[in-house]
Amino acid sequence: MAEITMTEALNKAIDEAMAEDDSVFCLGEDVAAKQGGGVFKITSGLSEKYGENRIRATPISETAIIGAAVGAALAGQRPIAEIMLMNFVGVCMDQIVNHAAKLRFMSGGQTPCPIVIRTTTGVGVGFGGQHSDMLEAWFAHVAGMHVVTPSNAADARGLMRSAIDANDPVVFIENILCYGLKAEDPGPGYRVPLGKAAVPKEGNDISLITYGRTVLDALEVATDLEKEGISVEVVDLRTIAPYDEATVLASVKKTGRALTLHEAVRPFGTGAEIAANIQEKCWDSLKGPVRRVGGTFSAVPFATHLEQAWIPNKEEIVGQIKASVGKA
Amino acid sequence: MAEINRDKLLDVYTRTMKVNRTDEKFRELLMQGKVAVMYYCVRGQELVSAAAMAALQDDDYVVCTYRGQGEQTAKGIPIEKWWGECLGKATGTCKGKGGTMHITDPDTGIMVTTGVVGSGLPIANGLAMASQNNGDGKVTLVSFGDGAANIGGFHEAMNMAQLYKLPVVFLCQNNRYGEHTAYADHTDSPDISSRAAGYGMKGVKVDGNDVNAVYPAMEEAVEHARSGKGPVLVEAMCYRMMGHFFGSDFSYMPAEHLAEMAEEDPLPKLRQVMLERQFTEEELDAIVAGIDAEIDAAVQHALDAPLPDTDEIYKDVLEETA
Repeated sequence: MAEITMTEALNKAIDEAMAEDDSVFCLGEDVAAKQGGGVFKITSGLSEKYGENRIRATPISETAIIGAAVGAALAGQRPIAEIMLMNFVGVCMDQIVNHAAKLRFMSGGQTPCPIVIRTTTGVGVGFGGQHSDMLEAWFAHVAGMHVVTPSNAADARGLMRSAIDANDPVVFIENILCYGLKAEDPGPGYRVPLGKAAVPKEGNDISLITYGRTVLDALEVATDLEKEGISVEVVDLRTIAPYDEATVLASVKKTGRALTLHEAVRPFGTGAEIAANIQEKCWDSLKGPVRRVGGTFSAVPFATHLEQAWIPNKEEIVGQIKASVGKA
Repeated sequence: MAEINRDKLLDVYTRTMKVNRTDEKFRELLMQGKVAVMYYCVRGQELVSAAAMAALQDDDYVVCTYRGQGEQTAKGIPIEKWWGECLGKATGTCKGKGGTMHITDPDTGIMVTTGVVGSGLPIANGLAMASQNNGDGKVTLVSFGDGAANIGGFHEAMNMAQLYKLPVVFLCQNNRYGEHTAYADHTDSPDISSRAAGYGMKGVKVDGNDVNAVYPAMEEAVEHARSGKGPVLVEAMCYRMMGHFFGSDFSYMPAEHLAEMAEEDPLPKLRQVMLERQFTEEELDAIVAGIDAEIDAAVQHALDAPLPDTDEIYKDVLEETA
């Protein structure tokens, strides 16, 4: 079976969607062949195939990029807009939050806004404070959009197709450190439904609820702890908002314990919302408080050892799990 | 410049009066306390909106602002639905969920009414980009005020539109106030239209109170955009003859400004042009009477219409999927 990287998976998903549907087009900074097919090569080879109208390399103008995606969507197109790095959403929040997310509702359902906003980020690359943040909670807090992030190449292919199919805005978060991950290619047409979590490892003692790059940490920790007799169930949300509450609650009802884990800073993070929901709906099954692990509440630092100290690490995850199961 | 075709002139007049009578009626209802909603008066800007909409085709796209009554009614939005929306009723264009600042009616090309200053320009580019991609020949017109010219999205959108030669008309209704701040207190350059040159774009400045100036300029701009030559920035000079929103204080407007404004009122000037072009007083009055009757019926319909179900707060958030 052929293997693909996450980069290839995303490229193939976009390519096949564009081949099937003329209304799908990409816009963003540096996305065409003249600029090298995108800084992370996700749109590599596509402008040669579909032309520069459908792979539109834009000026460095995030507000104009998202605004154009919104307008094109209202006119029946299905734009995939790239915001090169997630921190740059700060430049175009008005278009995302006040327009893309709200136009379906404010128009009484007349103007849905089917756009995919692709963006990448990640701590651990040495990019410092303005190029590294996971900002998913900003969007999870806004009604009218989906927030998605894949943790492996196969899901990347399937989630991207579903994001392009969706008739609402999708913020699609990629992680720089995950682009090289390989998986068996699920093949053309593969879709992972939005709003559906995966359970890549089953367990009985605690539910470790996470998404994106930290799923890799979660799986390593789960394997390590197995040897110590602690059975960890890993839930990969895949869609962060609106998330798969049924899968999360079923897991916690089974294990009786829960730990949320994300790279984003802990205070007011998505883990807090999930923890609160678990405590409301699984109180009788819980054997202890829901715990949370997240990034340090400061800007992402530059120096490698500071960055590694900042990011949630395996020791911290193990420590929280052991404290929860009473084996600290 | 060639004289405006007589039928087109009548069309502009009719649209202008529709905007004006709607504005008058809205203020009357607010004064009487029959409705209590946010309303951004368009008194003084009726002609600019009417001329712009008369220059478009029915299926062209429009993006406007909270002060968008002129574009909406002049483009031909069904007025029962328009009043329904403004009164927050289930019969409104947006089922009462958008309101006066977010009127949307894709059937008549009113694609977005934004409540955020300057946000319409980047969206207009997208509508035009879709037309460029699929070759449907439509033009997108986006209306905004002088205040919007100083927000970042204006600059980003102008540059992008010119770069791709998008079929967009940027209509700056320079009513000389950005919210409560006079033009000279927010902008030092003498006009907005000259900024077009900075983007390599065609820019024109016209007297928005003179139908013989503003209509031909709009027609030319729309034609330019439709022919694939790229966007145009039209700055139509006009006056906002009321406060920023209904009921807001505008005593800050200097006496000279008020006098100048009264002098330049587009409505008596338009009526004069109509008479010069051999329309009779009776004909013109009959048009207004017809508009008033339609508005009265639409207002009554809206007042009698049901409120939206409270369940609506949960609907149209995301597509309902089984």
